[in-house]
Amino acid sequence: MKAARLARRNVLHRPLETGLSVLLLAFGVGIISLMLLMQRSLTEDLDRNIKDIDLVLGAKGSPLQLILANVYHVDVPTGNIPLADARKIMRHPYIEEAIPLAYGDNYELFRIVGTEASYPAHYDAEVATGKMFETAFEVVLGQEVAEATGLGLGDTFYSAHGLTDGTDVHRDKAYTVVGTFARTGAVIDQLILTPIASVWGVHEDVEDADEEITAVLLKKKNPLAILTLPNLLRDTPMQVALPAIEMNRLTQQFGIGLQTLRAVALLIMGLSFISVFIALYASLRDRRYELALLRTMGAPPQRLFALVLFEGLWMTAAGIFSGLLLSRLGVMALGQVLADRFHYDVTQLAPVQGEFVLVAAALLVGAFAAGIPARSALRIDISNILVQGR
Amino acid sequence: MLKTEGLRYQYQGGDAALAFPDLRLDKGEELLLLGASGTGKTTLLHLVAGMRTPTAGTVELAGSAFSTLPTAERDRTRGKHMGMVFQTAHFVRSLTVGENLALARSLAGCSPDEAAIKTVLGDLGLAHKWDARVDALSVGEQQRVSIARAVVHGPGLILADEPTSALDDANTDAVLTLLRGQADRTGAALLIVTHDQRLKDRMSQHVALNPTS
Repeated sequence: MKAARLARRNVLHRPLETGLSVLLLAFGVGIISLMLLMQRSLTEDLDRNIKDIDLVLGAKGSPLQLILANVYHVDVPTGNIPLADARKIMRHPYIEEAIPLAYGDNYELFRIVGTEASYPAHYDAEVATGKMFETAFEVVLGQEVAEATGLGLGDTFYSAHGLTDGTDVHRDKAYTVVGTFARTGAVIDQLILTPIASVWGVHEDVEDADEEITAVLLKKKNPLAILTLPNLLRDTPMQVALPAIEMNRLTQQFGIGLQTLRAVALLIMGLSFISVFIALYASLRDRRYELALLRTMGAPPQRLFALVLFEGLWMTAAGIFSGLLLSRLGVMALGQVLADRFHYDVTQLAPVQGEFVLVAAALLVGAFAAGIPARSALRIDISNILVQGR
Repeated sequence: MLKTEGLRYQYQGGDAALAFPDLRLDKGEELLLLGASGTGKTTLLHLVAGMRTPTAGTVELAGSAFSTLPTAERDRTRGKHMGMVFQTAHFVRSLTVGENLALARSLAGCSPDEAAIKTVLGDLGLAHKWDARVDALSVGEQQRVSIARAVVHGPGLILADEPTSALDDANTDAVLTLLRGQADRTGAALLIVTHDQRLKDRMSQHVALNPTS
């Protein structure tokens, strides 16, 4: 019988001690791995949506809100800006590309965004079925909108006012689905895109015909744009915000919470290694006679060392495995919540690079925690133990 | 099979060194080492088994030096050539009866031959205990399983340390018969160390250990 197999039987023979060690390690590893997985999803997601957008032009207000509303489509817009004023910025020589966005209404809480064909083009969204929108009240659906609403080519629907509920439905003009986009992984999957004119058309009766849009996504031609544009806008109701900087600020605010969580996870992991150590040490005192017996049966001291080491490694491996499993269950659960509330898909279960480091470090510390009791198994005096054990 | 010469052992901080009579035991022979407590009979047994290193003298096993081997080598040689029975039976508690015997075979370098294990268990009337947990055995069964474990790998020398002192007359006879039967079956030499005077009449060869020897 191999030492590893006997070790496994031995740890299973002490379910309580083993269970405690495994549980603690599983939680420690699980929390850290969950954080790594979420961090990857969020970073990738944030980057994918920023994608070369250097500046966002919109109404004055919280710059973070401006970014969240117009790049990520999770917050309410800061307000509208006159198209005429926005045009001056859009045509500025420092600007390479400008994509106007006009917030319309919603359909089943999916946002209807008035824009130009350059918007889906920016996110490499290809028309999967049907065609691109051309005239007012034609819409192209993001992949997830199509899946969730069941709308198909040629279907028509009425929009509900604003972004939040479906109580105030505009019955006058119906939208017609003329196409759907292939999946992009960016937020565009969650949007209903239409020409800006449709948004104006719906609100014709309530607002003056002064054409307004919500925001413009800008790509700079010249780095000086970042310095000059805010000055140009100082005395207007408009502002520009930098997505990279705002999101950085946001993740830093997250950061303090994440650091605390990480510290707690490391503490739990530390406790789990102490628990492995104590479980093995106590079991060795309990099993002195058993170990001496193995020696009389022909197991050299090194084999006893290996046996105890393997027992520690089994517990560590079981803890790591359960932890990684736990974090993936966590991602799936959180992913469900985020998908329901923000239409965000964070469910990525493939291992993150940091997890390899985590596993290697845990195995190493586990081996160390087991190594100390294992060393004492190396030095037992079998003759004395057998005499005492009578 | 076994030959000892001029064995002496000095305990750290002990008074005088213990000196032991020379032993010689061939295959198929049996020998009773009889001595009251304090005569160092367990010390002698542990010297023979290579679990202590003699201060002076040598132990030869199957014609080659044994007591001078390095620890790990001695452990392996012991596992291969000897089977040991103790006064109290102990087992690897996480394993079943059958697995404990398989472990003895594998540590001795034999294949975990299930048929061989079942034969030995059958001989000792324990065939049905193959899958039993060792904790679930009665004391008598435990002693029989420990005899089975001592012989399951076909050792040349069976060492028994006080195998009968906790047993009544009937069980003493039974254990002795089992030990002898298993030694006979494999042609092994049998060395019993005890203070149990009852065994004196039942075994032909004995060596008495005296407190002052």
